[in-house]
Amino acid sequence: MASNFARILSSKRNVGILSLVGAGSLSVGFFLTREQYVSAGAQVRRLYPASADYPDLRKHNNCMASHLTPALYAKLCDKATPNGFTLDQAIQTGVDNPGHPFIKTVGMVAGDEESYEVFADLFDPVIKERHNGYNARIMKHPTDLESSKIRGGQFDDNYVLSSRVRTGRSIRGLSLPPACTRAERREVERVVISALAGLKGNLAGKYYSLTEMTEKEQQQLIDDHFLFDKPVSPLLTCAGMARDWPDARGIWHNNEKTFLVWVNEEDHTRVISMEKGGNMKRVFERFCRGLQEVEHLIQEKGWEFMWNEHLGYILTCPSNLGTGLRAGVHIKLPRLSKDPRFPKILDNLRLQKRGTGGVDTAAVGSTFDISNLDRLGQSEVQLVQTVIDGVNYLIECEKRLEKGQDIKIPAPISQFK
Amino acid sequence: MTKNCHNDYKMKFSLEEEYPDLSQHNNHMAKALTKEIYEKLRSKSTPSGFTLDDIIQTGVDNPGHPFIMTVGCVAGDEESYEVFKDLLDPVISDRHGGYKPTDKHNTDLNWENLKGGDDLDPNYVQSSRVRTGRSIKGYTLPPHNSRGERRAVEKLSIEAMTSLDGEFKGKYYPLKDMTEKEQDQLIADHFLFDKPVSPLLLASGMARDWPDARGIYHNDNKTFLVWVNEEDHLRVISMQKGGNMKEVFKRFCVGLQKIEDVFKKHNHGFMWNEHLGFILTCPSNLGTGLRGGVHVKLPKLSTHPKFEEILTRLRLQKRGTGGVDTASVGGVFDISNADRLGSSEVQQVQLVVDGVKLMIEMEKKLEKGESIDDMIPAQK
Repeated sequence: MASNFARILSSKRNVGILSLVGAGSLSVGFFLTREQYVSAGAQVRRLYPASADYPDLRKHNNCMASHLTPALYAKLCDKATPNGFTLDQAIQTGVDNPGHPFIKTVGMVAGDEESYEVFADLFDPVIKERHNGYNARIMKHPTDLESSKIRGGQFDDNYVLSSRVRTGRSIRGLSLPPACTRAERREVERVVISALAGLKGNLAGKYYSLTEMTEKEQQQLIDDHFLFDKPVSPLLTCAGMARDWPDARGIWHNNEKTFLVWVNEEDHTRVISMEKGGNMKRVFERFCRGLQEVEHLIQEKGWEFMWNEHLGYILTCPSNLGTGLRAGVHIKLPRLSKDPRFPKILDNLRLQKRGTGGVDTAAVGSTFDISNLDRLGQSEVQLVQTVIDGVNYLIECEKRLEKGQDIKIPAPISQFK
Repeated sequence: MTKNCHNDYKMKFSLEEEYPDLSQHNNHMAKALTKEIYEKLRSKSTPSGFTLDDIIQTGVDNPGHPFIMTVGCVAGDEESYEVFKDLLDPVISDRHGGYKPTDKHNTDLNWENLKGGDDLDPNYVQSSRVRTGRSIKGYTLPPHNSRGERRAVEKLSIEAMTSLDGEFKGKYYPLKDMTEKEQDQLIADHFLFDKPVSPLLLASGMARDWPDARGIYHNDNKTFLVWVNEEDHLRVISMQKGGNMKEVFKRFCVGLQKIEDVFKKHNHGFMWNEHLGFILTCPSNLGTGLRGGVHVKLPKLSTHPKFEEILTRLRLQKRGTGGVDTASVGGVFDISNADRLGSSEVQQVQLVVDGVKLMIEMEKKLEKGESIDDMIPAQK
């Protein structure tokens, strides 16, 4: 089965043996320089000059629109990745969704690993803007899943209701959700559920395919708040990632309901570790262990995750590059959340707040979802430590306000340690 | 020739791996598509690069409804109907009453051939309307076109429409440059079309780049309206209050002819052939692409047990006054022709005129408490 797809049997630490199985230039692409990518990839014949096809971005406020000049469009518009993904496809979501004056969305997606190289002239400035000035040409992203390095991480349950860490992983050699064919999507599903079936102990669990789930299973997954549905956000649907729904989509979770994997939603996989209460340390330990075991299991079959030393883990949306990690808590902060200094405190701690329904939702009561802002340029351990230290600080502030004491805005912590 | 390198890549995967799961589906595409047909057609693409998966994506993404049979496939260009005929011919046959690949379609836009139609009782008929679509030869269709192409269609369309005079004289309102005042007026006139929300349309890709190169033209009298780059290159609508369908149809035919003349001057006439008539994005609109109808008050007839049967025999269909997939309000129905392909424009509008006239007479009888059993028509 795997012989139908080109794979690279090299580890991410040593650029060693390159083993080519099957046809296609996509396996060779990983090791080429950018210039070689652009010529190894396909050319797109266009009927119209670039100027006739350049999108009207005058009313747009997203990262893609900020950086796609007519000259850059002209340079890239006739290029395609080896699999045939084009610039127009990458930017379609940003053209279709002008954005919001207050919320700056990314406005473009990758269709495969090679997108980030073939269209680097546009992805690089978008990445730089989105990730605090990170220079993808020069800087190196640290990956660190050694959870034993975490200090502290057990929060006061009087404040922290639940703890959660999520990330995404892509299977190298298969196109990403905006571009994947049905065959590729089904192969992702097969590779992933085969690996997950090998998990043991408190990670052992079961896969629920969206196409085959029974009504009873569906209701249980809804009650557990595990079920994901066909995306409705135009940001996602315009990028083409909802095609053929619900074919090859599903949810896997362990019997304890503390480790969850989404298959073929916005990314090949989304991996989530969670539990009620404030034991972030344990959540992160399970997260790291689960990820490492899954990686080991797919490597046994000759697969690996998409990763490189500049961009870290490769995911569909540039905003999730690097760690792809969002570690957060649901926390009650009735007094602090009303303090006018709250936004600045969060900002300096490199944290963001969301409502308890997730992104673009409002807080209910004074319970917030607090998580790390950053994804790229710092490791998983560093980001989770940032969340732990920051949440501890927030709880301290809340306690001080309870006692009528004053609080201080902390000094801003640095990025790119 | 535009190379579809993604389709070349896709050919590396087997038929079994790529074949869509249509087990939950109820649409014409799902009924017609087999593994044999998919195998035969999957390596093909039209000269502009439209492929089988592009044709069927909307039908894969929208399984349909047990009661309502959607089409489930679209064309990306004129050549789609040729290159993918092994799939589209059975879909067309199923949708258009057994229309065969060898059948010829008759086009008749001579409004003088319509008999009567100028005297539908305005106590019952509130308004009359005829719409159709037109595609501009040489450009790909909304599911597939690039921004450059869409803008070229808009440019030609503006030239065609702004050349109109007499009762057709009017103004073009591009969607992206409309002022708030213009927008409110167009909404109040019930002219403004918005970005499609139906997943049937969105899944086919026709809403890309909205609202770039989309717009509305209407004449000063507000009786002749053209939509540019919505579901088709052009949607042309003639309408007015009251029951003078003949006048509506005359304006429709004359206006269409004038517009066509301008496009022909640029060697970009309308897409048409003698088998399928006018070529449009959705196979359901082939032939005449014509929906001629009235808003008519039939509170008694509509609750009569034979109402549906009467409509079927008259080759008519009912909709609510909000258009397709809406409910009727206050006994007022949108009654229009059910057919598009295999009969001409004149024939289809004639059916509407004759059928509505008969139904109004039935309504009047029912008002007097009389039976209509002897008025039930034979199947047309």
